[in-house]
Amino acid sequence: MPYVPHTEDEVREMLAAIGVASIGDLFAEISAEMRPASFDIPEGLSEMEVLARLEALAGKNAIDRTSFLGAGFYDHYIPAAVDALTMRGEFYTAYTPYQPEASQGTLQAIFEYQTAVTRLLGMECANASVYDGGTALYEALMMAVRKTRRRKIIVSEGLNPIYRVMLGSYTSNLDLELVTVPHLDGQTDLAGLTAALDDDTAAVLVQNPNFFGAINDFTDLFAAARARGAVAVISAYPVLQALLKTPGEMGAAVAVAEGQSLGLPLSFGGPYLGIMTCTKEMIRQMPGRIVGRTVDDEGRTGYVLTLQAREQHIRRQKATSNICSNQSLCALRALVHMCALGELGLKRAARLSVERAHLCAERLTAIPGVSMLTKGPFGNEFAVNLPVNAFTVIARLTERGFVPGFPLGRYYEGLENGLLVACTEKTSEEQIGIFAEMLRGVLR
Amino acid sequence: MKTIFDTSVAGREGCWPCEGKSEEAFIPSDLLRRGDIGLPSASELDVVRHFTRLSQRNFGVDGNFYPLGSCTMKYNPKFTEVAAALPGFTRLHPVLPQLQGAGGQCQGALEVMHETERLLCEITGMHAFTLHPMAGAHGELTGVMLMAAYHKDKGNRKTKIIVPDSAHGTNPASAAIAGYTVVSVESVDGIVDPAALAAVLDDEVAGMMMTCPNTLGLFEKNLPEIVRLLREVDALLYYDGANLNAVMGKMRVGDVGFDIVHLNLHKTFATPHGGGGPGSGPVGVCEKLEPFLPISRVVKLEDGQFFLDYDYPKSIGYVAPFYGNFGVVLKAYAYILRLGRAGLIRATENAVLAANYMRKRLEKHFEIPFNRICMHEFVASAAEQAKTGVRALDIAKALLDKGYHAPTVYFPLIVPESIMIEPTETENKETLDQFIDALISIAELAATDPAAVQAAPRTLPVSRLDETRAARAMELTDDL
Repeated sequence: MPYVPHTEDEVREMLAAIGVASIGDLFAEISAEMRPASFDIPEGLSEMEVLARLEALAGKNAIDRTSFLGAGFYDHYIPAAVDALTMRGEFYTAYTPYQPEASQGTLQAIFEYQTAVTRLLGMECANASVYDGGTALYEALMMAVRKTRRRKIIVSEGLNPIYRVMLGSYTSNLDLELVTVPHLDGQTDLAGLTAALDDDTAAVLVQNPNFFGAINDFTDLFAAARARGAVAVISAYPVLQALLKTPGEMGAAVAVAEGQSLGLPLSFGGPYLGIMTCTKEMIRQMPGRIVGRTVDDEGRTGYVLTLQAREQHIRRQKATSNICSNQSLCALRALVHMCALGELGLKRAARLSVERAHLCAERLTAIPGVSMLTKGPFGNEFAVNLPVNAFTVIARLTERGFVPGFPLGRYYEGLENGLLVACTEKTSEEQIGIFAEMLRGVLR
Repeated sequence: MKTIFDTSVAGREGCWPCEGKSEEAFIPSDLLRRGDIGLPSASELDVVRHFTRLSQRNFGVDGNFYPLGSCTMKYNPKFTEVAAALPGFTRLHPVLPQLQGAGGQCQGALEVMHETERLLCEITGMHAFTLHPMAGAHGELTGVMLMAAYHKDKGNRKTKIIVPDSAHGTNPASAAIAGYTVVSVESVDGIVDPAALAAVLDDEVAGMMMTCPNTLGLFEKNLPEIVRLLREVDALLYYDGANLNAVMGKMRVGDVGFDIVHLNLHKTFATPHGGGGPGSGPVGVCEKLEPFLPISRVVKLEDGQFFLDYDYPKSIGYVAPFYGNFGVVLKAYAYILRLGRAGLIRATENAVLAANYMRKRLEKHFEIPFNRICMHEFVASAAEQAKTGVRALDIAKALLDKGYHAPTVYFPLIVPESIMIEPTETENKETLDQFIDALISIAELAATDPAAVQAAPRTLPVSRLDETRAARAMELTDDL
């Protein structure tokens, strides 16, 4: 029987030591009325058989398509060293580092991760990660509510709609008011957001680049928020943060990100990585694990989980959040990814992605009837207006092996002709050329 | 050991050879960051050595016995990693099925999800499952949100959730975060007492969150009576499935009358803990709660095709951006297929056998507050040793010196100097015996030379760390 090592003799010895006649006696407290009505699970298979089945299932997924899909989740190149190092059993099969002396590897790695992401986002503190970018945003909102004891949350419509739906779900049973400020042709409405601020505002939530790919400077908005006593929250795209003005430079109080693009495969939606950073002033509101540097009783440097008094295993219903795990292995992947690419590598990955996206935009908008939806600066993703419904174009091109992007009409009424197109450093000039020609053909 | 930032040498290149055009050609300079990021400049070998050395300063199940109560640190077979790493899964973009006609391009992934949901329904006796929650505590929050949606839909006014004192700390936290007032019930003889429960039950109770076996490792044998009491006030019963490893094939929570359950796929069905995550916390519900499950739902059409359905008007909405931690779900699916019916039952039986064996062998050396047949874990107490000054924490550290990860200590909170041990089904008898012998020798040393135990650990990269200083000085990054 797989993975249970005991021989029949050993089982007998153990039962004798316990003083019972059979294994069944160990379950005597489960009365007849509590016994299962059925347990109709197929009989076990060999490792070879299971893998053959999984390979067959994997083969039913189309991964040979050339894809321009992004929408917050990007196919960046992952150096081979990321898998090799993070799969090491000492990292991979370890637990949450509650015994710090036996977990210095995990702890120091988290400390280095905290250092790397705070530098990337220009912030002061980070936790050791939460589930994903969407839950990070929700946790940021809750930090603001605890800090300000206010109930109004201003949300930019330029924030990823998937995250906006999540925020609505999470707050539906709470006494909070979400106020959404509409986008203006895909541009974030800075004036509208500023005008919505009042003395009851707990937080203002924006994204950079926004869902349509538009890049902004939120410095003035954040200053206005601060003046009103509200918490400025920004959701950033970490790869582009290698180039863009940082949340810290803009004066954000909390900056979050989906960490998937830093070394995590797309993997049909997870596991991903919620990056959370904040100013020192907000640290005690931050949920999740935090690692601190200290010394041992001989003065040697070491690392521990710290500020644990905020956590559920100590504070129970008074904890800052119910988060008990983290995405430690995902955070480790992000750290190794950033280290393997290095200072220069991450910048180059970002630059190439931006360069390819601009080439792609140029080629697509040269097609009659295709125009940019947003007018301002963009990074590696951009939105175009098509002369026809984007869903139709996507269906036609997908049949031919090209996934041209995300249909904005999926979440935005009135933008049925809008197509969101993403490039990364993996997108080749040749692929862009073929894509443009195919789109031209479909629209003709 | 130096941090990777300390070892950085300006100008040393990592593994990215291609150069793109400068960003200034595309983005106005006032939107660009000033100065460097501050990431390390290191060669690939520098990076490989650094992280290899870091890993060597860690205990993992592959190298060390990890008898962590409440955490189910069993051995996870390696083939599930191969399954989850298949490019047919890892390269699949999650918004693909949201495109018109593209659902047909991820039929394999949707089939995995559908099959896993059906298997989890059969294992737990529940009517329907969602795979979306990304961790156990996330499942709890989802479960409490489902309770709220159910009561709101019925027009019930409910403000309270009951949580026994033997529950996981996440239970009260989840209830509070979802907007409820938490009411605690004290255990009697280690389990929930129906009379004590009845005393706090009223029409304002939305539900109760139970862990069974509870955090003392004891089976809650009064479940049928508890279910009856909650039904009387239209309160829902939530099962924290973190301890499912103790009851697979022996009890199905759906059959007993639970309305909502979350499972920790990573504990019961094998995903390595990765230093604390990622996990996966699917939630199962009874039939009356199905309309409230998060969207999307994976459905099987009559022609055998799989389809993501978003059309559930009573749904609580999105708790995750997509379909949960799909990579973890894959590993659980592969594991269940491998073990099958008999294998799952056998895992449970041997987890319980190992825990009782250890409890029995240790009972002469440590106080065991509820010393009767336990499930897959049990709680000992170092209260006796503490009289000489050796506390549970000291015993934990002394175990580290002997190459074992320490059990969970000071949890559950209701036992003083608690040491919570969960051996799991995958450790062989030699390991169990050696660990027991190590604990006994520490108990003996505690009686004769307490200072020696208090000085542990002495064989690891660092000795006892100053946690107070860490919280006060708050050195949280290399810069702060």
